Amino acid sequence: MATSTMQFKIYRYDPDRNDAPYMQDASVEVDYSIDRKLLDVLTRLKAKDDSLSYRRSCREGICGSDAMNINGKNGLACLTEIKDLKQPVVLRPLPGLPVIRDLIVDMTQFFKQYHSIRPYLINEGPRPERERLQSPEEREELNGLYECILCACCSTSCPSFWWNPDKFVGPAGLLNAYRFIADTRDQATNERLDDLEDPYRLFRCHTIMNCVDVCPKGLNPTRAIGKIKEMMVRRAI
Amino acid sequence: MSKSSIPVLKFDAVIVGAGGSGLRAAIQLSEAGLKTAVLSKVFPTRSHTVAAQGGVSASLGNSEEDHWHWHMYDTVKGSDWLGDQDAIEYMCRKAPEVVVELEHFGMPFDRTDEGKIYQRPFGGHMSNFGEKPVRRACAAADRTGHAMLHALYQRNVRANTQFFVEWMALDLIRDESGQVLGVIALEMETGDVVALHAKATVFATGGAGRIFYSSTNAFINTGDGLGMAARAGIALEDMEFWQFHPTGVAGAGVLITEGVRGEGGILRNSSNERFMERYAPNAKDLASRDVVSRAMVTEINEGRGCGPNKDFVLLDITHLDPATIMKRLPGIREISIQFAGIDPIKAPIPVVPTCHYQMGGVPTNYKGQVVREDGTPVAGFYAAGEVACASVHGANRLGTNSLLDLLVFGKASGDSVVHDVRSGELGLKDLPADFAERTLARLDRLNTQTGGASVAETRLELQRTMQKHCGVFRFKDMLVEGVARILDVEKAAARTEIKDKSKVWNTARVEALELDNLVEVAKATMVSAEARKESRGAHVRDDAPDTPANPNGRDDVNWHKHTLWYREGNRLSYKPVIMKPLTVDTIALKTRSY
Repeated sequence: MATSTMQFKIYRYDPDRNDAPYMQDASVEVDYSIDRKLLDVLTRLKAKDDSLSYRRSCREGICGSDAMNINGKNGLACLTEIKDLKQPVVLRPLPGLPVIRDLIVDMTQFFKQYHSIRPYLINEGPRPERERLQSPEEREELNGLYECILCACCSTSCPSFWWNPDKFVGPAGLLNAYRFIADTRDQATNERLDDLEDPYRLFRCHTIMNCVDVCPKGLNPTRAIGKIKEMMVRRAI
Repeated sequence: MSKSSIPVLKFDAVIVGAGGSGLRAAIQLSEAGLKTAVLSKVFPTRSHTVAAQGGVSASLGNSEEDHWHWHMYDTVKGSDWLGDQDAIEYMCRKAPEVVVELEHFGMPFDRTDEGKIYQRPFGGHMSNFGEKPVRRACAAADRTGHAMLHALYQRNVRANTQFFVEWMALDLIRDESGQVLGVIALEMETGDVVALHAKATVFATGGAGRIFYSSTNAFINTGDGLGMAARAGIALEDMEFWQFHPTGVAGAGVLITEGVRGEGGILRNSSNERFMERYAPNAKDLASRDVVSRAMVTEINEGRGCGPNKDFVLLDITHLDPATIMKRLPGIREISIQFAGIDPIKAPIPVVPTCHYQMGGVPTNYKGQVVREDGTPVAGFYAAGEVACASVHGANRLGTNSLLDLLVFGKASGDSVVHDVRSGELGLKDLPADFAERTLARLDRLNTQTGGASVAETRLELQRTMQKHCGVFRFKDMLVEGVARILDVEKAAARTEIKDKSKVWNTARVEALELDNLVEVAKATMVSAEARKESRGAHVRDDAPDTPANPNGRDDVNWHKHTLWYREGNRLSYKPVIMKPLTVDTIALKTRSY
């Protein structure tokens, strides 16, 4: 067994017991032959102290539950290699959203923005008996867009979202907006562009590109935002 | 405490679970204008449907000729004739309709050159009643579950469905007549306990793969619906049948889709042999999952495993065009790199059979109504998806039939609820005076228990026991001992202690409550498995070997029947398999080979 001790500094806050948040020093024995990802180690930490609170589910980077700020950068605990981490590993909740407890944030504002872009296919035409046709090339336009897991790593790393979470849609919402704009089956492109043509909703993006840097699925919201801007320009001329 | 001590919210219907089946049911209810609450332990798109990869089956015939009747035949055969043929016919006939509907909801399926939904081959999918492989699995790359779950959630956003996100249902409410009147639930953020009083209750809580140590399942798959049903006196059907998926990443357990073999992947042993040719000369690597998993374990047991401990085999796609891998299997490449440290374009992936899916569950009919032993519906109670046993999967599920099950029976249960509520068959009956007592006592115990066992350790003991005593191959003595061990775990679980007593987002409490449900599922599984003295589908035991009288160890004379396990007294009962389809002829019992 290749065991070793890992050191942590973890943001702790339980509104039932603490007046204010604090950083807790913690350490745990890890077995590198079994433990590979940060989530494996969090599971060990929780077995020692069952009050440590965080979200998790699929443990394979597809459900988007265990997003957190790891050594200053947003990421998914289940996809973060422990051997690459500088110690003590500093764990904080995603920045910019209200903390409910420990590493659990209130994501209401994030989902509100996602819902605001009407994240569903709009096609009021008569429903055909079979599938609507779409060429492989048209379908390819959705790659890099539909894979979003709504983990919020991107939006909560975006300074514009920190400042205006109620007005700026944020990178995740805008990526999803473009996912429907780019879908040849969707008929609401103009309405979608109208909705985003606003000093805040779209144009608070200042191409800082933190979103691209942190996306655990390797997606590029900045490019999607650029495409939306391009379409706005194109329809204006 | 009396019922006045907890708040009561009233609805036409409450759906527990917001994965594929819950969301599909919710669309029916919301679009029909019923006042509906959808509860979920996690935000809907975090449900485990999201992890499904390979596809959803439907005989669309987009690439070659296919027919729902062939799909039905494959499903009956895959089930080792334990599936109910009325439900199987219903599902396979409905498949094209629900998949096309999903496309209309916005599902980003891959496309053929003609612009139709892309379909790939999959294990056990054959044309012309078992003749040769057919392309039936409709896919969005290798992220079909993710694409589907998001499309279903999005459709619910459009339909204004009311979600109760991060609420955990704790117990079912039944009155003296047995009618189901809703659930008692815990709001995780506040720690408040609330009754959701409803005319109709739909369970869409998914499976319980976390009873095993090595599982492809998410942490949340703790069989909450099964635990709640068992505690409320509902039988659990065919719980001895668990699917071990052939290709979980060795060590990590993360799933590698069968679609990899559908796209041409090959399993190899330590001498680089394509060993499936010996076990399934016709279907080879695309034989049914139980068959492939047993072949792999046999290879490992006979010393032909790979690696320093000879404890896995290899899934090889290095011969495929890298462009195909990037286009059709990008998620698999990501997972292999992340969890096996291997780029499958360059080297084969180490894989082992890993617990994946529960064929059994809460007994339902093909309308999604929960049924008693005699087939009569339990008033006000519906179930769909992995928690339910319709039974379409019987003793072994075919790949891609799970996503289809979610769509077909999610929709059917939704339609049944709409019908039963609108027709006035279901009213909002009064809650019994003591409806919350048992649940509040459980919570109270957790708040006051001292000197008890740790939840994490007790859960680990349960998982290790299931893995060792109830795995891919089962042994008579191990099963007998396994029953005793699981009963010991139950005792420990009854006095678990949590240190964290806070109200707000108490995950220690949630995990302790989940353990209660895992215990019910483990008992049902072990007791049902110990009792079934034959080999069938995924249940294979040493004292029921392949003989001329009982090929593959299957004993149709004595065991062609469904198991029913009741929590009270750990009692077993049995009911006949429904062999009569809805419109076509019975697919008669036959020896299964691929």
